Amino acid sequence: MNLHEYQGKEILASFGVRIQRGIVAHNAKEAVDAAKQLTAETGTGWHVIKAQVHAGGRGKGGGVKLAKNLKEVEEISNQIIGMNLVTPQTSAEGKKVHQVLIAEDVYYPGDSETNEFYMSVLLNRATGKNMIMYSTEGGMDIEEVAENTPHLIFTEEIDPATGLLGFQARKIAFNLGLSGTAFKEMTKFVAALYKAYVESDSNMFEINPVLKTSDDLIMAVDAKVSIDDNALYRRKQYAEMRDLREENSIEVEAREVGLNYVDLDGNVGCMVNGAGLAMATMDLIKMAGGEPANFLDVGGTADAKRVEEAFRIILKDPNVKAILINIFGGIVRCDRVAQGVVDAYKNMGDAMKVPIIVRLQGTNAELAKEIIDNSGLAVHSAVQFQEAADKVKEVLAE
Amino acid sequence: MSVLVNKDSKIIVQGFTGSEGTFHAEQMIEYGTNIVGGVTPGKGGQEHLGKPVFNTVTEAVEKVGADTSIIFVPPAFAADAIMEAAEAGIKVIITITEGIPVADMVKVANYIDKRDCRLIGPNCPGVITPGEAKVGIMPGFVFKEGNVGIVSKSGTLTYEAADQVVRQGLGITTAIGIGGDPIIGTTTKEAVELLINDPDTECVVMIGEIGGQLEADAAQWYKASGSKKPVVGFIAGETAPAGRTMGHAGAIVGGSDDTAQAKKRIMRECGIHVVDSPAEIGMKVKEVMG
Repeated sequence: MNLHEYQGKEILASFGVRIQRGIVAHNAKEAVDAAKQLTAETGTGWHVIKAQVHAGGRGKGGGVKLAKNLKEVEEISNQIIGMNLVTPQTSAEGKKVHQVLIAEDVYYPGDSETNEFYMSVLLNRATGKNMIMYSTEGGMDIEEVAENTPHLIFTEEIDPATGLLGFQARKIAFNLGLSGTAFKEMTKFVAALYKAYVESDSNMFEINPVLKTSDDLIMAVDAKVSIDDNALYRRKQYAEMRDLREENSIEVEAREVGLNYVDLDGNVGCMVNGAGLAMATMDLIKMAGGEPANFLDVGGTADAKRVEEAFRIILKDPNVKAILINIFGGIVRCDRVAQGVVDAYKNMGDAMKVPIIVRLQGTNAELAKEIIDNSGLAVHSAVQFQEAADKVKEVLAE
Repeated sequence: MSVLVNKDSKIIVQGFTGSEGTFHAEQMIEYGTNIVGGVTPGKGGQEHLGKPVFNTVTEAVEKVGADTSIIFVPPAFAADAIMEAAEAGIKVIITITEGIPVADMVKVANYIDKRDCRLIGPNCPGVITPGEAKVGIMPGFVFKEGNVGIVSKSGTLTYEAADQVVRQGLGITTAIGIGGDPIIGTTTKEAVELLINDPDTECVVMIGEIGGQLEADAAQWYKASGSKKPVVGFIAGETAPAGRTMGHAGAIVGGSDDTAQAKKRIMRECGIHVVDSPAEIGMKVKEVMG
């Protein structure tokens, strides 16, 4: 589950990680009030207005701007709130901005130069251990750093039995070229950050940039935080942070009825049991000349009710020109699924306008084919995987 | 011969008396699998499905000599169940449970690393040696006895592959579902290695997905092994967009080297017979086995 910057920072701060402070605003008036309050609390003169959407590269799309006075705070907030922010990580239509974070200016002049670093905490799948990845090259696209100057990216793997050790935190601070107060600040920052990662059940922290201020403080200026969905049952305070407006509405609806659905751009909808078979079915649709409109795993219990719910979800996508149902019946009997398809089809009546190809394999597959073929409905049936692909090709050519 | 499980395996079910555990234990017993009992804390001393129930795994090891376990415990308690099995001396721990928090699996991976056991899964369909033992949730009738080993991250895609192999008049030695989570016990490489080293397995089918490095590691091991046994491979998710998780928590394209295309390229370079269409797995197996 992805969080907004302001929510991620809230979590970090609760574990003692120093953050660039800020207040969320939903309109220009709130923004001005927030700016005043922030000045009173932090002494900041300027303010940074940051669009709160689930996408990186916000600055590139004009979603992060500096305001040098309250009039600019108002103007910029008016501009950003309500806009469709397009960044390299959004679709061409962009993401609607519902709220902004009014943040303190942390790039103030002082005794030393400011310096930006990159830091993330994530799972190393190859070793099954968490690691801290960091770089002297902060504030820029880390993929580019990895491409052009891979020697400037460091990793530190954490032993789950001991957690982050003191010498590891010191190594990170040394590798980032720090000394004196900034060095000590960085070791504290890293220790708090790792603690936050573990205790929040996150599966991704990305802090870019981590800033060394001109008075040698170390702080998170941005925060990309993702919490492990499987752990939300024991992190209820974070589960409440889910912002459904940031997610695809069909996907949200599917999740509510227990279906695993991912919206895609194609024209052939699919309904499959099992994630691997669902991906393989999508691949087969592509090979048959179509484009998958979705990923949809109906899970192990594909009864009539679930089939109907899945139909409704798929048909919400106006681009769907055909639907391929691919169920490998094991514990679930194919004849039951076939009856479910027939019943759902009849129940939905006129809503069902697109051709449907049903491929049921496994327990009672032949019986299932008979049920489909004798139903009198415009449903094409197949038993073999390749047959299903050929039928998709035929239907798309019509 | 076969790998991991056979007719002599002494299998217990953890989460025996729960609804999932009960349902699948019944199916396994019906298949002829040697289920010697089960564990449900607090229900020790009872009998369930005609088998003894124990409070702890250690008790099951001591009283009925259990050496293999299948876990149906709910996600919040599954990591604990795995570690209990490892501590009790169970050699093969097959975890079906889906949805275990990643942080719990980090602990499990570290814990079992120092113990003499093998974890399969979690979030997997289990392991089947046709005609001998079904230790999982797969439909047994699909898997006929034969000489083809299967390794797969996905449940239904494993059934699909087995069905295609059987339709070619061939059969299966052992099919291993390794699971689709970011952290799993037995990797693709380890499962392929087991099957390559099994004298009865003449061909291995390796089915992967987008995300991670497991298939590339397995392919490189295969090349380095110099084995003459043919391996047929398929990677699901060619059409999956980057950055979106496709059902399995582990099925997400993170970088340029864990896309389906990149994995297939590496597998081909290592001498694996890769099919682009999931409908051609069975035919390819028939072809390479001559």
